[in-house]
Amino acid sequence: MRVFRVILLSILVLAFLVSPALAGDTIKVGAILAVTGPASFLGSPEAKTLQMLAEEVNAKGGIHGKKIELIIKDSGANPEKAISFAKQLIEEEKVFAIIGPSTSGETMKIKNIAEKGRTILLSCAAAEVIVNPVAKYVFKTPQKDSFAVRKIYEQMKKMGIKKIGVVVGNTGFGKAGKKQLEKIAPEYGIKILISEVYDKKATDLTALVTKLKAKNVEAVVNWSIVPAQSIVAKNMKQIGLNVPLFQSHGFGNIKYVKAAGAAAEGIIFPAGRLLVADVLPDSNPQKKVLLKYKNDYESRYKEAVSTFGGHAYDAFMILVRAIKEAGLDKEKVRDAIENMKGFVGTGGIFNFSPTDHNGLDMDSFAMLTVKNGKFTLLEE
Amino acid sequence: MRRNVAGYLPVGLLAILVFILQVVLKTSGKEYFLTQITMSVYYSILIVGLCILMGYAGQISLGHAGFFAMGGYITAVLTTFNLLPYADLPVMKIMDMLGMFSRWQDLYGTDIMSVRPIYAGIFAVLFTIVAAYLIGIPVLKLKGHYLAMATLGFGIIIYRVVLGTPLFGEADGISDVPPFGIIGPLRVSGDMSERVMNYYIAWGLLLIGVLFLINLVNSRVGRALRAIHGAEDAANAMGVDTSGYKLRTFILSAVYAAVAGVFLTHYNGGIGPSEASVMKSVRYVAIVAIGGMANIWGALVMGLGLNFLSLRGYFGSYDDAVFGGILIVIMLFAPEGPLRREFFSRIMGLVRGEKEARG
Amino acid sequence: MSLELLLQYIVAGLTYGIIYAIVAIGFNIIYNTTGIINFAQGEFVMLGGMIAVSFNAFLPLPLAILGAVIITMITGALMDIIFIRWLRSPSVLRMIIITIGLSILIREVALHIWGESVRALPYFTGNEITSLSFGGVRVSPQVLWTVGVCSVMVAGLSLFFRYTMVGRKMRATSDNRNAALLCGISTGNMVTLSFVLSAGIGAVAGCVVSPITYTQYNIGTGLAIKGFTVAILGGLGSSVGAVVGGLILGILESFSIWVLPAAYKDAIAIAILLLILFLKPSGLFGKSDVMALKEF
Repeated sequence: MRVFRVILLSILVLAFLVSPALAGDTIKVGAILAVTGPASFLGSPEAKTLQMLAEEVNAKGGIHGKKIELIIKDSGANPEKAISFAKQLIEEEKVFAIIGPSTSGETMKIKNIAEKGRTILLSCAAAEVIVNPVAKYVFKTPQKDSFAVRKIYEQMKKMGIKKIGVVVGNTGFGKAGKKQLEKIAPEYGIKILISEVYDKKATDLTALVTKLKAKNVEAVVNWSIVPAQSIVAKNMKQIGLNVPLFQSHGFGNIKYVKAAGAAAEGIIFPAGRLLVADVLPDSNPQKKVLLKYKNDYESRYKEAVSTFGGHAYDAFMILVRAIKEAGLDKEKVRDAIENMKGFVGTGGIFNFSPTDHNGLDMDSFAMLTVKNGKFTLLEE
Repeated sequence: MRRNVAGYLPVGLLAILVFILQVVLKTSGKEYFLTQITMSVYYSILIVGLCILMGYAGQISLGHAGFFAMGGYITAVLTTFNLLPYADLPVMKIMDMLGMFSRWQDLYGTDIMSVRPIYAGIFAVLFTIVAAYLIGIPVLKLKGHYLAMATLGFGIIIYRVVLGTPLFGEADGISDVPPFGIIGPLRVSGDMSERVMNYYIAWGLLLIGVLFLINLVNSRVGRALRAIHGAEDAANAMGVDTSGYKLRTFILSAVYAAVAGVFLTHYNGGIGPSEASVMKSVRYVAIVAIGGMANIWGALVMGLGLNFLSLRGYFGSYDDAVFGGILIVIMLFAPEGPLRREFFSRIMGLVRGEKEARG
Repeated sequence: MSLELLLQYIVAGLTYGIIYAIVAIGFNIIYNTTGIINFAQGEFVMLGGMIAVSFNAFLPLPLAILGAVIITMITGALMDIIFIRWLRSPSVLRMIIITIGLSILIREVALHIWGESVRALPYFTGNEITSLSFGGVRVSPQVLWTVGVCSVMVAGLSLFFRYTMVGRKMRATSDNRNAALLCGISTGNMVTLSFVLSAGIGAVAGCVVSPITYTQYNIGTGLAIKGFTVAILGGLGSSVGAVVGGLILGILESFSIWVLPAAYKDAIAIAILLLILFLKPSGLFGKSDVMALKEF
């Protein structure tokens, strides 16, 4: 009897599989984002940003008279899902381009799939390996980690700091940051006395910062994108480790400042200028773009804008501009992105080239600090 | 003998269905479904293996994603680690002459010499056997909650290891894993042009696995396992080597997991730490439970269906919630699995307002 | 290592140890009356913290916490009434799977209600950078709150079980369910009550510790594993054992950072769990005699 039930079920599945698909006269843009799961603080604002932008473009009549059809897939930061979705989007939906994934691990898994499938991939993940070696169809919008590291070390040099402690979270972001921090330190005459990895879900790091204190470090660099960033700050103050705390650009989310409360005061970190859009001088070319995105996002979603959503903003707007310039031919759009110069985005001013699929330079970062619970430019 | 023939009948039917499915998808121009079906088939190999352990031997394992990851990660490391700088070592030369290495170029033109996938895969499975043996001896002495927690602990350790070891790519996992050439033109790869072939390779592997298990269940071993499940002490008293049977089943199910891990990693061209996570292990247990515990076919159907839907992204942001929900409903109302008539009558009973007896 | 540093590590370990102990006691209360390990125990801690944060937006802190604890207790009661009470002698395997399923569901519901962001209650006294200095050792006042509140809870519980009628009925139920039933004790209600109690203490712990550790939809699983380790370490069912086990694990974890890379901190708990399970499953304070094990 069981056999018949299995057959019945299979027939149902078959019927379901062959149901007709709807074809539309739209530009399909796929997005693979970690909307839920451990990297949701990246994927969630990215997805919201894309939805907002797609509606905006469509309300204006689309591009070349065609509406954008956004297909967002939630990978939950699982590489195997990202792989499945990438194949689905490329072969089945035949998307024009894919935005995402949110994490470096996922991006590296689908880099080759996009390359073989000749589909533009605009990654929102930070790792440098995504664009080095350069793959023809793969681009990324977040700034390079090494620029952030150099910015921090420059600042340390100015402050006369030579002996530091490094703590990073065990995420792809933390791993990449640690590598760069250790590699570049000698160039600036900085010595890393202690370098530690903590769990991304850590909820109390008193013991860790106590270890730092015992080493008499002159400054601490914390490199992570997880809530533990606020915990490091708090625990340092609580045990009386009163040295400057530098954070990575992963600190670019006002939620973390709120979580750290009074302990966040004085934290120094490099970030795109989105967070300090209000206080930028009017002469800054990015100011207009930044303010518009910030106001649109915050009025629509009632939550503070973060630089992560900005990465998706840049990816989407770069694509839109390239389609506007080059029309609806995938290859031409790819060329247009590769040769795009002077695109003003939230992460900086992008100048792509055949050897640089990131397009940002060191100036895309500004050094920020926290004052009275708000982000502000670090006074030089 | 007659019963055995009847036992194999569904396997034959399934093979025909597999073929029909492919033809239907091809004629309707939806061949792209094969990608997710193939992935689900590989997960189902692990699931039928776990089904034997849980349903027949009655031993829970909340660490099977660990064995899957063990297989996947070992083969991924061996086949991507570039051995060219060491090619001049005498040992390497001997191994090279034995044909253990393959030379290839990645998409960006880097020359790579790595272990031939077939050897890497075999090594991964052998390693898993040894690991399962060493873990199984102390773990299987435990029962109930203790067994659940000990296997969970094992799973977490594997997760920690892959997340904390630079060799395993830490949080990023391993990418660019080359295709796995089995024999002649047969090879496991995620390439679009080889999709149909890979569909049949995956099903072939699963069907062989299922056939073996059906054979096992209907043999002396199967009867011993059921005796252990029913009353371990009694089985022991009757002279059944309970700890031996439990250990061998545990190793067998670990091998199924590792084989699935090896093949899927080559098919996907990479593996990440999420494959070793606790949530994955819980999902596998959930699917076996939903399928009806001691029901290979139930586990198979549920494994295929749920994984397929999940990999297609139909559950959206509710992926885990759907699994949790189905799990509870099935465990409350149909601990024997939903693919039985009693389940439907019970649900109908509830609908009609008959009250469930209280205990 | 200086004495000062040593004490600093001990304080860090103490904060955590007491939370682990509370989770372990939560396990024990339910285990004693039902023989079930409730895998959703960590979710109570999460719920307590999360609900309190939401209430605190419009209620003063003490009321917010009270409200959160009551709602979590109701959740605990519902869990038993809806999912567990009516099952007739379910197998251990089935119960493990049901409670795992519940923990997934609660987590996912929390994710869709509160999103992925981290939340925290304000510090009960002082703020993030206040710290009291005891001979060179700096302690956040919230640590004192946590240790204080949890100690009071543990003491209160043991008094409750020893001297009140309801507490005695619960003990009777855990000692011998059938005998208790014959004595006219409604064992079903006692089981529900044990869920309520264990949800309540979890929620209180979740509230007092949230300023220090923050709370997020997915903190439950990690806490449940640590809590279970502690429960087994101290001997399943023994509350004294849970407290001692909690402190041992907390302090070991905190000192492990001194010798091991911080990334392995979580492995300590797992290593202890496996060692205890393999070598002495009855725990440090448990006796092989089952009755002694079940004595609260």
